[in-house]
Amino acid sequence: MRAVVIQFPGSNADFDALHTLRDVVGVETSYVFHKTPTLPAGTDLVVLPGGFSYGDYLRCGAIARFAPVMADVRRHVERGGLLLGICNGFQILTEAGLLPGALTRNAHLRFECRDVLVRVDADGPFTQDLRGRVLRLPVAHAEGRYQADEATLQSLESKSLVAFRYVPAATPDARLPANPNGSLHDIAGLYGGPRRNVLGLMPHPERMAEPILGGTDGRLLFHSAVRAALAR
Amino acid sequence: MSREPAVTPELAREHGLTDDEYTIALKAIGRTPSFPELGVLSVMWSEHCSYKSSRVHLKRLPTKGPRVIHGPGENAGVVDIGDGWAVVFKMESHNHPSFIEPYQGAATGVGGILRDVFTMGARPVAVMDSLRFGEPSHPRTPGLLRGVVAGIAGYGNAFGVPTVGGEVQFDAAYNGNILVNAFALGLCRSDRLFLGQAKGVGNPILYVGARTGRDGIHGATMASAEFEEGEEAERPTVQVGDPFMEKLLLEGCLEIFAADVLEGIQDMGAAGLTSSTVEMASRAGNGVELWLDRLPRRAKHLTPYEILLSESQERMIMVARVGEEQRVLDICAKWDLDAQVVGRVTDTGRFVVRATPGYDPLSGAPWPDDPPVVVDLPVDLLTDAAPVYTRPCVDDPRLTDRYGVDATGLAFDPRSDLLELLSAPNVGSRAWIYRQYDHIVRDGTMVRPGAGDAAVVRLYCEDERGRREKLIAMSSDCNGRFCELDPRTGAAMAVAEACRNLACVGAAPIGLTDCLNFGNPQRPEIMAQFRDAIDGIADACKALGVPVVSGNVSLYNETTEQGGPRAVLPTPTIGAVGLFEKVSDVVGAGFRTAGDHVFVLGPRGDDRLGGSEWLTRRTGKVCGRPPSIDLAAEAALQSLLVRAAREGLLASAHDCAEGGLLVALAEACIMGQSGAALALPAEYAVTPGGLFGEDPSRVLVSVTPYVLELFSRRVAEAGVPCAFLGRVGGASLSLEGVASWGLDEMREAHASALDEIVGR
Repeated sequence: MRAVVIQFPGSNADFDALHTLRDVVGVETSYVFHKTPTLPAGTDLVVLPGGFSYGDYLRCGAIARFAPVMADVRRHVERGGLLLGICNGFQILTEAGLLPGALTRNAHLRFECRDVLVRVDADGPFTQDLRGRVLRLPVAHAEGRYQADEATLQSLESKSLVAFRYVPAATPDARLPANPNGSLHDIAGLYGGPRRNVLGLMPHPERMAEPILGGTDGRLLFHSAVRAALAR
Repeated sequence: MSREPAVTPELAREHGLTDDEYTIALKAIGRTPSFPELGVLSVMWSEHCSYKSSRVHLKRLPTKGPRVIHGPGENAGVVDIGDGWAVVFKMESHNHPSFIEPYQGAATGVGGILRDVFTMGARPVAVMDSLRFGEPSHPRTPGLLRGVVAGIAGYGNAFGVPTVGGEVQFDAAYNGNILVNAFALGLCRSDRLFLGQAKGVGNPILYVGARTGRDGIHGATMASAEFEEGEEAERPTVQVGDPFMEKLLLEGCLEIFAADVLEGIQDMGAAGLTSSTVEMASRAGNGVELWLDRLPRRAKHLTPYEILLSESQERMIMVARVGEEQRVLDICAKWDLDAQVVGRVTDTGRFVVRATPGYDPLSGAPWPDDPPVVVDLPVDLLTDAAPVYTRPCVDDPRLTDRYGVDATGLAFDPRSDLLELLSAPNVGSRAWIYRQYDHIVRDGTMVRPGAGDAAVVRLYCEDERGRREKLIAMSSDCNGRFCELDPRTGAAMAVAEACRNLACVGAAPIGLTDCLNFGNPQRPEIMAQFRDAIDGIADACKALGVPVVSGNVSLYNETTEQGGPRAVLPTPTIGAVGLFEKVSDVVGAGFRTAGDHVFVLGPRGDDRLGGSEWLTRRTGKVCGRPPSIDLAAEAALQSLLVRAAREGLLASAHDCAEGGLLVALAEACIMGQSGAALALPAEYAVTPGGLFGEDPSRVLVSVTPYVLELFSRRVAEAGVPCAFLGRVGGASLSLEGVASWGLDEMREAHASALDEIVGR
């Protein structure tokens, strides 16, 4: 299996994604610079990492979709290749039209960095055999409030494309609402693409993949992606 | 282009030069300086750049040690962490700009310290911020706190460096002068460091990064003057930050470093192009010649004066080897960075600037040939020969009057007082702040803010020789109240506490940086505080065997009010860095397992309440006789903690700091989500001093019963006093014969600490 992490100017969780894939999960992984017109041959998984691509100027993710590498990323998706957008990567996917809806300013208007609980609500290549399981993952964003029109939300629900939803802890803390940003339908992540091969999510699974960083729930997504790639 | 004013003694005075200083300059130059020359002199001789009041005292700090690769004098300190790797760190203030414009002031403070670190060849991997605000009830406090925190978050989060720790304190002494001290740490190979030197006569000087505008002109001079009423008029001198540009600059610089084409590099910080090029020339013993016509710019009709003094952010000066210019320009093009050759290194020992009058490259006209000289000054006049003052020091004769406080009549109720202290802005949870910081980017944060006495970060050391992981800890500390009441002891306690916090998580200290925030040095009692604080830092460094490797001085943190000047509490903030031997050494601060035994390690102390949060709240002022510190006992305690951590004998360790012993016990319960059934040892009295006094050198530890015998042996060997308090367990903290507190009520009190300032 071969993975690549796209480096846009302003990407800053590129190392997090590379490190987890390469050093924790053991996948051959390399960076691809945004000015590169084509992905390396044999790429199974493309990661659009977290960060502030193009400074998040204009709107988060709005400029990255025009990057030279994105045309080949679209072809990769059409071929059924796996595409994972984490945080700013999720924002880029919505701006690029690869996932519906938009990610807007958190309801409380502040950047929020803490662990949250998300429930796996859909099957797909990144969540094989995980449906119903509650994962603890960190969020770190100022614009993660998922919004879409009613028809889009109904469509996402009826097609079971809501991959992750924020859920409360067993003993809720009024100061730490389960939904950290005010997302509609508590949406934390979405599947899309022709074969559910595109996943966008606001939490950072690549920052919760080692015991010394506080947990390993995030590793499950990458292991699932490795299985999916090997099965292709 | 407007005509330049004639240089007169009055104009020199307006630039902050004293009459004596101007006379010295006239004599050294042998003629009246040009207007841009006056600007250059005034910034280079400002307190901020020249350290003219502090330099004689700073010499007393211990700066050497077996791990020190570069001590003070470079852009940041460099300390060896073994196996060919080093950490680069420094702390710097951005107090005045943050008071005027909190978001941009704090943001550019972070930006500046990050550049200080990556200019040395290191990738920044952690930031801490030490903040001081006025009273919670002061009308400006909420806006300043919100703005500063948002500014730090806005810059650090976008740049992609985790903000892993820091501290915040509130006191009326900061009502008119807040403190924003930013610490950054980077990782680099110890054999690939880059220094701020203009080496190699004939080598090209390159400008890289953001274009120059008019922002921040005379920022260094502003940072060297006290505020008068109406400080808002200073707003145009505040710089504006662009973290996206800084991120590109970082990546571009790291790629240029790897290409091995540079002889030297320095960021343009305070006093911008002038200070960076002059300092580089000075360190190399060379001269420089700059060609301002070629300088990238974003504002029209910039004059040489403005260009030389601009503090536009995200700019670097590089000295490349002859013939390697194109390599630098190519890498800059890859990262979409502006870059231009703007001068060369000379052998004249002079700072020479050429610019064509009236020429503006933004007009599209080509560079004129042979631009005239507008500045020609000796480099050493601007650096080593700059004025140095041994300012008079007089101890404040009224200081000891404040020691006499009778605490016997003050209301004291252990149960409600603990809850009050836990919910105090100076004691309780900082979650509202650190949740706005991305504290986990780069996959290294092992102990997050609020989870331990110091931040713990895994450093991922990777190059062609292979990959290895290193663990470091860092903490920033200073209690300005103790420094106010006894500057020497208070400063020693700041060093002791910062290092103790490292020891509590299991790390041994390897180096310190300091950020010395004081009032007006021309007042003898302020200078006495400064002198004593330096001695206190030196005392503690020697006792604990830790060198100071970098630092920063911020003076004139005072406001002229009706009734006289009001200075900040003397605040020598200490940033300490420690190293672990292995992952299993890391110790948390919260109680972990029911049945573990709880001890307090360290000398009993004398229960003095002076400067404590409890007494300050009860009296409304900073008063009382402050605690003393036994530095030998402190050293023994810290060595014991590190040894016990390395041998796996500690389930938890937590320092007793603001709020004293009882608050520390409550915090260990809250962090560990576990209660404890305890009884005070016979030698502890149920008095305000016994429960809430802030004697230093005391650490709460919990120990699993299985290793008690080994633990006791180590304690006895170290000769550290150790008192048994009880056992971990249950859903409440109970102190036999005193009171009991439910875990939930303690947690809620603690969590509400900043509510009175920022709302729920």
